[in-house]
Amino acid sequence: MSETELVGQRVVLRTDRRPDDATLVDDFTPDLVDVGAHHLCPGCGEPIAIRSAVECIADLGAVERTISVFGIGCYTAFSNNLDLEVLQALHGRAPSLATGVKRMRPDALVLTVQGDGDMVNEGLQEVLHAAARGENITCILLNNGVFGETGGHITATTVLGQRTKNTLDGRDAERDGYPILIGDLIASMGGAAYVARGAVNDAGNVARTRRMLAAAFDTQERGEGFSFVEILTMCPTGWFIETQEAPDYLADVIAGTHQIGVLKGGDR
Amino acid sequence: MARRLMEGSEAIAEAMVAAGCRFFAGYPMTPFTEILERMAEFLPPADGVCMNAESELEAIGMAWGAAATGARAATGSTGQGLALMQESISEMCTARIPLVVINMGRGQGDYFQATRGGGHGDYRTPVLAPSTVAEAVELVPLAFELADTWRNPVLIYGDYYLGHTSQAVETPEMVEGAVAKPWALDGTSGGSGHAKLLSSLGEAKQRDGVGYDLAEHLERAGVATLEMAAGVEPRCDVGHCDDADLVVVAFGTIGRFVRWVVKELRSEGHRVGYVRPITLFPFPADAVRQAAVGARSVAVYENNLGQMIDDVRLSLLGSCPVEFIGGLSMDSSGFGVGPEIDAPKIRARILAELERVETT
Amino acid sequence: MTLTRGTVVIDREACKGCDLCIDACPPRVLEMTTTVVNTTGHRFPLLIAPGCTGCKACSQICPDFCFQVYKFDEPKEMPWPVD
Repeated sequence: MSETELVGQRVVLRTDRRPDDATLVDDFTPDLVDVGAHHLCPGCGEPIAIRSAVECIADLGAVERTISVFGIGCYTAFSNNLDLEVLQALHGRAPSLATGVKRMRPDALVLTVQGDGDMVNEGLQEVLHAAARGENITCILLNNGVFGETGGHITATTVLGQRTKNTLDGRDAERDGYPILIGDLIASMGGAAYVARGAVNDAGNVARTRRMLAAAFDTQERGEGFSFVEILTMCPTGWFIETQEAPDYLADVIAGTHQIGVLKGGDR
Repeated sequence: MARRLMEGSEAIAEAMVAAGCRFFAGYPMTPFTEILERMAEFLPPADGVCMNAESELEAIGMAWGAAATGARAATGSTGQGLALMQESISEMCTARIPLVVINMGRGQGDYFQATRGGGHGDYRTPVLAPSTVAEAVELVPLAFELADTWRNPVLIYGDYYLGHTSQAVETPEMVEGAVAKPWALDGTSGGSGHAKLLSSLGEAKQRDGVGYDLAEHLERAGVATLEMAAGVEPRCDVGHCDDADLVVVAFGTIGRFVRWVVKELRSEGHRVGYVRPITLFPFPADAVRQAAVGARSVAVYENNLGQMIDDVRLSLLGSCPVEFIGGLSMDSSGFGVGPEIDAPKIRARILAELERVETT
Repeated sequence: MTLTRGTVVIDREACKGCDLCIDACPPRVLEMTTTVVNTTGHRFPLLIAPGCTGCKACSQICPDFCFQVYKFDEPKEMPWPVD
């Protein structure tokens, strides 16, 4: 059986059948993502982040006691194709819903999935209050610095110089104000026990982010207080750049301001 | 059953806990604050949770999350706070999640807010308007039952008087919620291939590339809404209308005063009756129409510029003339303890209208 | 001859042509097609050389979950180049 084939003008290795003499180390779709493609843009970082989160939940063995609360944004597409229980919130309001859920189901693993427009624009007070309160939930922020779903406008986390639909020449402090570094802000609050910022622009960062998510969920399981993982994601559509340029754009422009790393609780 | 002198807020809170409410969140605001204080006192011993939310938006959000797990949950405020909660109320209607919302109003100016709603979309909320502490204690378990049965928020519209006057009431009975909630979230359906979704956007998880279909979901929610509107029994208190020349319609605290005044006028031989709607939605249109049969006129007394009068007119559809004899009566604090809310003054207005009607 | 530790199965139809896997692959054994497209009109990745290590960088970075990654029980010599 030939291991090669002709595609167009090139001879390449076949990639259409599983090898007999090998072990599967990573599968197509994480178990918890239902059959059916999502329709997010090519090169979008959000599916990568969501995959990390659900695989982490599966690793914890918490699938049958997880309740996730979704905000409103492009990622809302995942609210109805995950095999996890989902409660849909209004834009910005997931932390208060998650609070009610956790108070009634203290043994459940309760998390929110929100974008930066959702969490840092509309819902800023909600997440800050939940953090200050030390609410035992895990809030996950998918931060791409734009309102993806409505066309890519500037949000409260858009960094200076970042391209968005209404700042194509870059966010300007005098005209557009400064970004809110939400991860750093939350890390300064007493009730926040674990705060970290990861990214999904390369495999190394994906692996690092996975460890942050595990630490955050662990914080919740131990009842130690509010846990928060901010995940920088690519949005080539909202940034008006090519998909191949997005990982570097994230590293050079976004991560320069929203710095990757564990911001609080790093001793776990 | 023991009877105790209880202040309205205390009685309402006790009734909520007796009705199985196990989660309450609120933000202090007059004249609602005492309900929050009492729930903070009564819920923990009952294994419930009461939270002082950092804002009204968060209060209803927390109650929404608690209700999503199947618990009987409630929140409340006064008009301004209810104004902040409108988006959440309407969204919970589309998501079909039960909730009880207590508006301890300042006067009666929130009638439109309660019955029409200031939220988005084509939603309805049943509204119950108690006029006494005893009636409030009766209506609280009904509110939770309606909310659970129809999977919809239900409002209780009270006011400063209700919250801050005392009446001898029987200790509320413990009630078990009987409506099953297979839609409630507890995590256990995760990984089953059919994990639950509780959402205002849809009820089904995606299969094979088909995402949310809002057209289909809103249509289904609409059917449920109309079923609820038709299925909730309108309630009304009617008295002395059989041979009345004038029927006076009033709700809540004002309704209590009007009923007392009408009884007094009747005992003096005046041909006057009253109708006191208890469900403001669904409005007891049939009862109002029935009560006005044979009357020369219907008068509406409410402590506002005229809101319920629209529903009275819609009930009568021109079969009887309708006059507004109410008006805004407010105190300097703005809490609604107005100087016109006084039996002799109400009596004078009704008598004047009766004379006008009988001599025309 | 190049020693290869792993290989991939690629769901070409799921691919949206974003190219993230190309730069993510440490041994750089993936290249996008240039003119050939899938039924949704997107270019897709080809395994163009031996040397895959089964590191999962591609599968972890792919937003459309196009990759299955395998590690050979024994590292293999791949027949390369082929005439």
